[in-house]
Amino acid sequence: MASETGTESAGRSSTVRRRLLAERLSSAGLALAALFAIGLFALVVAILVWESAPILAEQPLSELLLSSNWNPAQGEFGFLPAIVGTLYVTGISMAIGIPLALLSAIYLAEYADGRTQTLLASFIDVLAAVPGVVFGLIGLIVVVPFVGDYLAPALGVQSTGLGILTASLVLSIIVVPYMVSLTVESLEALPDELRESALALGMTKWGMIRGVLLRAAGPGILSAILLGFGRAFGATMAVVMVIGGMTALPDSVFEPGQTLSTLIVNDFGELMSVPTTQSALIFVGLMLLVIVWTFNLGAMLLRRRLERRWQY
Amino acid sequence: MDRYTEQKLFGVLMRASVAVVIGALAIIVGVTLVRGGAVLASDPTLAITPPGPTYLIDGGGGFLHAMVGSLFIVVPATVASTAVALSTAIYLQSDYSSERFAEWVNLFLNVLWGTPPIVYGVFVLTLLIFAGARASLVAGIVSIAIFQYPIITRYADEALRSVSTELKETTYALGSTRFETARITLRAAFPGIVAGVIMGFARGIGDAATVLFTAGGATDMPTGPFEPATTLPILIFEQATSFNAEVRSHAYAAAFVLMVVVLVLILVSKLLAGRFARFVPGSDTQ
Repeated sequence: MASETGTESAGRSSTVRRRLLAERLSSAGLALAALFAIGLFALVVAILVWESAPILAEQPLSELLLSSNWNPAQGEFGFLPAIVGTLYVTGISMAIGIPLALLSAIYLAEYADGRTQTLLASFIDVLAAVPGVVFGLIGLIVVVPFVGDYLAPALGVQSTGLGILTASLVLSIIVVPYMVSLTVESLEALPDELRESALALGMTKWGMIRGVLLRAAGPGILSAILLGFGRAFGATMAVVMVIGGMTALPDSVFEPGQTLSTLIVNDFGELMSVPTTQSALIFVGLMLLVIVWTFNLGAMLLRRRLERRWQY
Repeated sequence: MDRYTEQKLFGVLMRASVAVVIGALAIIVGVTLVRGGAVLASDPTLAITPPGPTYLIDGGGGFLHAMVGSLFIVVPATVASTAVALSTAIYLQSDYSSERFAEWVNLFLNVLWGTPPIVYGVFVLTLLIFAGARASLVAGIVSIAIFQYPIITRYADEALRSVSTELKETTYALGSTRFETARITLRAAFPGIVAGVIMGFARGIGDAATVLFTAGGATDMPTGPFEPATTLPILIFEQATSFNAEVRSHAYAAAFVLMVVVLVLILVSKLLAGRFARFVPGSDTQ
């Protein structure tokens, strides 16, 4: 009898010990996993900085950024054409994408209801999940002939259809879904009292949206736009398929060009054997990372401001 | 312009924008399915035939190697990345970490989420050069896993957050350790997590920029973990710009397969997220 209780309590304490051991081990493992996010980021930055150091040691940063001579075989690495191309493509695609996204988002959040809203939101989700290469393929089948055969001749320009404008048109659709869902989110987070009191003062519905809602959701919408910018900067596959891939300063938007990310794709494969080229292209990766990181951080700070503002 | 005209004008503009966005989606899905479907219907063996030796030039054979390569790369990548992502997500819950620490990690996760896939490709390639290794199936798995990690973590974090606090409090009141509570919470958040993993899988199988340099773009069937492989998106990228119409048509067929896979995955993920909600303990929908 006595011995039986003894083994039973011993058994119980060993169970507890086992449970506590599992608890301690799992805690350590989970903490490691959480630090993985920070570690991965640090590792990416460290490796890219380390590997792009040779090119920075060889040529001053200003020359890299401001020279338009791109001739890796001769050791000339001017990123200006790619930078200008990136600005063009990002600028045009955002100029088309922002109004499209904002107006669609307002419609989704304030006008559509019930089934329509669910259906439209699902369509936007599907659009966000379409692979980049499929966008590129459709760009080749649909947008390239449209620009080359109709748009360019209509404006009196010669164009093959492959070029900066085509890439921008494709990209403008790619960035829309991200901006729409984030904008809808921040509009829907606004309290209904805001809408009711504005309407009670005799505003039209659109007046209420423009004067009150857009302002109240301002930081959220701005952060959505910044994240869209980040996407546009980094978009690679679809752009590389339709931009034409020529590293020279473009004269017009109908000319083929190059963006920072397409430069990596177009030049990496062939020139792996030249260490300086490798370093130069890794430096391009680092630039992309820094720019996107800045946009993300800005978006985050704006969102935080919005959260503080919710406390009316 | 008085305010009623303005309201009408913007009403029209809004409907037009929605029409443009939905129209673009319809064109993308429609053209891919119709063009690709026609090619695949005329020669269904494309999808189950290994490629010929010069398939990028004369279009001989099919694209079985890319389909197998996609599976061999994305399935292990999703498994590995889910394991780490789940652990991260659990640790971000208030049981383990402070709100402040979670906020910091979330900041880095957001930055990782926004990082262009091509940067991950360059990163893993640089690691490969360091290690003196060459592009291979394993390197492809690693890059896709890194790409999926922030995506799956965010979905899992959201799913875990949506579990009712009463459930956690009950388990703690019964004397559970944090780990045991985490297991119960995981079970409650299961449908949401599975939906997130499927979304991560869909994103992984569709991305080419991450694996372009790391998987190696093989031109035949994958032969081993340290041999080069290729995936459907890489194949589409390589074939789409070909001058040979037949090679291009194979890109359409591959895009059809990829698009169908992605659409089905999204549908399943949506159904899961909605449907299983009522089986979750502690949810209010019973």
